[in-house]
Amino acid sequence: MTEKEGKGKYTTVSIPTPLAEKIKRRIEGTGFNSISSYVTYVLRELLASMEEEEEEVFSKEDEEKIKERLRALGYLD
Amino acid sequence: MKPPHGGKLVYRVDEKKDIDGISVIEINEDVAKDIENIAYGIFSPLEGFMCKSDFENVLEHMRLENDVAWTIPIVFDIENKIREGEEVLLKAKSGTTAIFEVEEVYKYDKKEYAEKVFKTTDIAHPGVKRVMEMKDKLAGGKITLVKEGKEKFEKYYLKPYETRILFKEKGWKDIVAFQTRNVPHIGHEYVQKTALTFADGIFINPIIGKKKKGDFKDEVILRSYEALIENYYLKNRAVMSILRTTMRYAGPKEAIFHAIIRKNFGCTHFIVGRDHAGVGNYYGPYEAHDIFNEFPDLGITPLFFRSFFFCKKCGGVVNEKICPHGKEHHIYYSGTAIRKMIMNGETPPETMMRKEVANIIMSYENPFID
Repeated sequence: MTEKEGKGKYTTVSIPTPLAEKIKRRIEGTGFNSISSYVTYVLRELLASMEEEEEEVFSKEDEEKIKERLRALGYLD
Repeated sequence: MKPPHGGKLVYRVDEKKDIDGISVIEINEDVAKDIENIAYGIFSPLEGFMCKSDFENVLEHMRLENDVAWTIPIVFDIENKIREGEEVLLKAKSGTTAIFEVEEVYKYDKKEYAEKVFKTTDIAHPGVKRVMEMKDKLAGGKITLVKEGKEKFEKYYLKPYETRILFKEKGWKDIVAFQTRNVPHIGHEYVQKTALTFADGIFINPIIGKKKKGDFKDEVILRSYEALIENYYLKNRAVMSILRTTMRYAGPKEAIFHAIIRKNFGCTHFIVGRDHAGVGNYYGPYEAHDIFNEFPDLGITPLFFRSFFFCKKCGGVVNEKICPHGKEHHIYYSGTAIRKMIMNGETPPETMMRKEVANIIMSYENPFID
């Protein structure tokens, strides 16, 4: 949880000062070394939780071919 | 099913692509394996070898330039023959053939690479040694696989587009992946079965490829797992397939890399044991557990395990969370001890290893890599 702001691209996002203060208190004694690293962590977690299920990428025909191979190899009955 | 890492399963294969007249560069089998892993989406979202921005981001932030988590550089070291903007044909002795669109050629600092990935520049570390032996420049750009190389264990060479369909067909939703580079002892079996108790199926995924001297040969690992699965697993609960890649021995960072790969295969959970992908004493025994705290967006759930052992007083296989007895009652499943026994021609006892597994190993004159 030590996001180094050395190399790499960063941008500034404004948040209300009282919220920043709350975060500052929240991260005291934790592995987070800045408000930015905490906010980054939380946002990554939030966005990942909103990831959608995978769409079907194969046509029925392609999928059937794959199943055939899996059956031939003994993975499917 | 959960999406692959980065949102889309990469598939960069075109067997009909015209390759006439493209200049050929010979590659080694490590590079060939990376190419196939990229092409088949095992390394999704990578579409080729890393360009400088991704490479530097991975070293510095453990993320690609687009903020997707990634911990191990996937790079192609080159001599001066390759120029930016050209297309070259990469060919390995095994037959792997791919077109490489050279986007960028760049210099890099080997010491920095080693320090950031392996946390050491000690040349005795096999991963560091490999980096120090690399050529002085890297080339980044997309690849397209034109021909797959020969694989001795073809039956077990499943690609993510196949495992994803396989898991769906089996009706598995929670799939736990187990990474291994060893033959299974009873401790491994208990870890796997404990995890499997809470999942629909287990995906046993041994690493096949360059390892270090003294490790078990690939064939021995596969045959010993075949024996274990056949005799001690429900047929519809376990699948074994190989992962063709080189062990980097990067400990915690490789644990994240291994988890990402299994996510691409369609797994939802990943078992992380003691000293995952470690070597010597370069990493703490549970450093590979701690690093997962830094990746809230990995998209695969790590299952952390401490070692199982046999407790004479409990009369069964336990771990430190469930056994109240002292060490004097415990028999530990040490891979090193088992290796030593086998080297001395002793068959490991059934308290340590299933007899069917031990018989397979003992049937080899030399089951180890020279």
